[in-house]
Amino acid sequence: MTQQDCLILGGRAFTSRFILGSGKYSLDLIEAAVAKAGAQIITLALRRINQDGQDNILDYIPKGVTLLPNTSGARSAEESVRIARLAREIGCGDFVKIEVIRDTKYLLPDNGETLKATEILAKEGFIVLPYMYPDLNAARDMAQAGAAAIMPLGAPIGSNKGLSTKEFIQILIDEIDLPIIIDAGIGRPSQACEAMEMGAAGIMANTAIASAGDIPAMATAFRQAIEAGRTAYLAGLGPIQETGAAASSPLTGFLRD
Amino acid sequence: MTPKTDPMAYLPDMEIIPSTMLDEVLQARSAYHPEACTAAQVRQALQKTHLRPEDFSALLSPAAAPFLEQMAHESQRVTRRQFGNSIQVFTPLYLANHCENHCIYCGFNSHNPIQRARLDSGEIEAEMKAIAATGLREILLLTGESRAMSDLAYIGKACQIARRHFKVVGLEVYPMNVEGYAHLHECGADYVTVFQETYNPDRYGTLHLAGPKRVFPYRFYAQERAILGGMRGVGFAALLGLDDFRKDAFSAGLHAYLLQRKYPQAEVALSCPRLRPIINNDKINAKDVHEAQLLQCILAYRLFLPFANITISTREEARFRDNAIKLGASKISAGVSVGIGGHQAEAKGDEQFEIADTRSVQEIYAAILGQGLQPVMSDYVYV
Repeated sequence: MTQQDCLILGGRAFTSRFILGSGKYSLDLIEAAVAKAGAQIITLALRRINQDGQDNILDYIPKGVTLLPNTSGARSAEESVRIARLAREIGCGDFVKIEVIRDTKYLLPDNGETLKATEILAKEGFIVLPYMYPDLNAARDMAQAGAAAIMPLGAPIGSNKGLSTKEFIQILIDEIDLPIIIDAGIGRPSQACEAMEMGAAGIMANTAIASAGDIPAMATAFRQAIEAGRTAYLAGLGPIQETGAAASSPLTGFLRD
Repeated sequence: MTPKTDPMAYLPDMEIIPSTMLDEVLQARSAYHPEACTAAQVRQALQKTHLRPEDFSALLSPAAAPFLEQMAHESQRVTRRQFGNSIQVFTPLYLANHCENHCIYCGFNSHNPIQRARLDSGEIEAEMKAIAATGLREILLLTGESRAMSDLAYIGKACQIARRHFKVVGLEVYPMNVEGYAHLHECGADYVTVFQETYNPDRYGTLHLAGPKRVFPYRFYAQERAILGGMRGVGFAALLGLDDFRKDAFSAGLHAYLLQRKYPQAEVALSCPRLRPIINNDKINAKDVHEAQLLQCILAYRLFLPFANITISTREEARFRDNAIKLGASKISAGVSVGIGGHQAEAKGDEQFEIADTRSVQEIYAAILGQGLQPVMSDYVYV
């Protein structure tokens, strides 16, 4: 029997490689979306948690799903550390996705501050997944600082534009010995599939699902695409014939002996 | 009669910060001639992902009127992409209506014989408990502009009480120096909204006859001082109907745009109030700003600033508000009383203006859900 293909994060194994977001859509659709996505990890913003209040997002997340609270709202390493600790205190577990954003227009992550927060939180025993701009040097530093995975953006968040940063993500996949999970920008199942074919370890998607006409159906489509891309990656893609047929007179035909 | 003071001159104690934003906005306002915009400019603006100020001015112009339906579609798409189907819900609490300004269109103005009142700490607590019991987690605290009757310590105390009952505390009070904002931020407030009313300094001077509010530049720079004081976000508005509403809406949007460029971490928000009748003057109205023009402003704001919160006021009727949150607004007030108190006990002071949507929190909540949207009580953490 072949060994099961798992995504390992912080020593825990997940058979699903689809991390689902929980924002931007109706609370009563979360359960169906999780089920159709086959997701075992769901992200949620700590700021959306309304403890002891009406419509607490935590009440809508099915039991048994691992929570990945994010630190959205943080503008500095210090703020994201405080938010992460708060999340742990109220029972969201040890996983944390670091989001440090100092630009309210494009919501691009700040790699410098994210690195600082990664360092602090990893030391405190968190399983740290930094959301970052795909920069090899920053990713290496985050890995060194104790990150459990690296989450580069594919395109500006919410844009549904796909793999605008493809070349740089490929470099991270090739060079970093941690799971590379594409976060932000993935708008279509085909883009998720392509990222998985490239060797990404997982896909995090929210807007693509939330803005779909039929949310549970789109969650299904993403699950299938991610599985297909993963299978293709493991199978080993055939080479692409860049310039048509191979030359009939080989350039090295002159060699003797 | 004493000659009026120069509205462009600061009073002593008013902090002056180094900034050129006022000149930039006023220059752009002067250069903007709504009637000169063309349909071609509107079409071009509607094709862009990131709009420039000149695109925004075209969308606010009369030339954009025939494109209203297309703007609505585009704005709806942009809003859903940015906010998903979330609609934030909050309520204002008026703490006091004492005022030292003489603004001729406002019910709180110091010459208007209305019932004046101020809530004490016990009353604030009781009001907030009653509001929190409706499920709301965001509150906006308002006072009339009286530094004597609603001093910094009083507002700070109200913020501290609010922090115990709510996750988000916003302020709509008189402009103050950076230090004042820093104090209120420490007391738990994170958002400051200041309406400039009109961005035409001459018109401003004829509407704001006396009091500190008469000082146009001090009010203009309130948002920048609030950010320097550590606030997370700031709100802007022109009160539509006081002057050329297209030029005023353009100025308010540009003000927000320039501030976010200068302070990229700042959250910016816009409100879209129209003039309303007040006690002792039911003739006040928004003249040429009909619903179509108001909607045009909301849609233009949304397309120009996709990331900004846009609040839709209870000055508008339920029908208009329910549609506005589908098309561009991202935030709505509910269970509103614009008198002093009125949530837990009878209001003890008179209101600032007449509201048109008197629905309770539960009713607004149900109306949002009914549109397939998700009411969001909490989308914020104070750090």
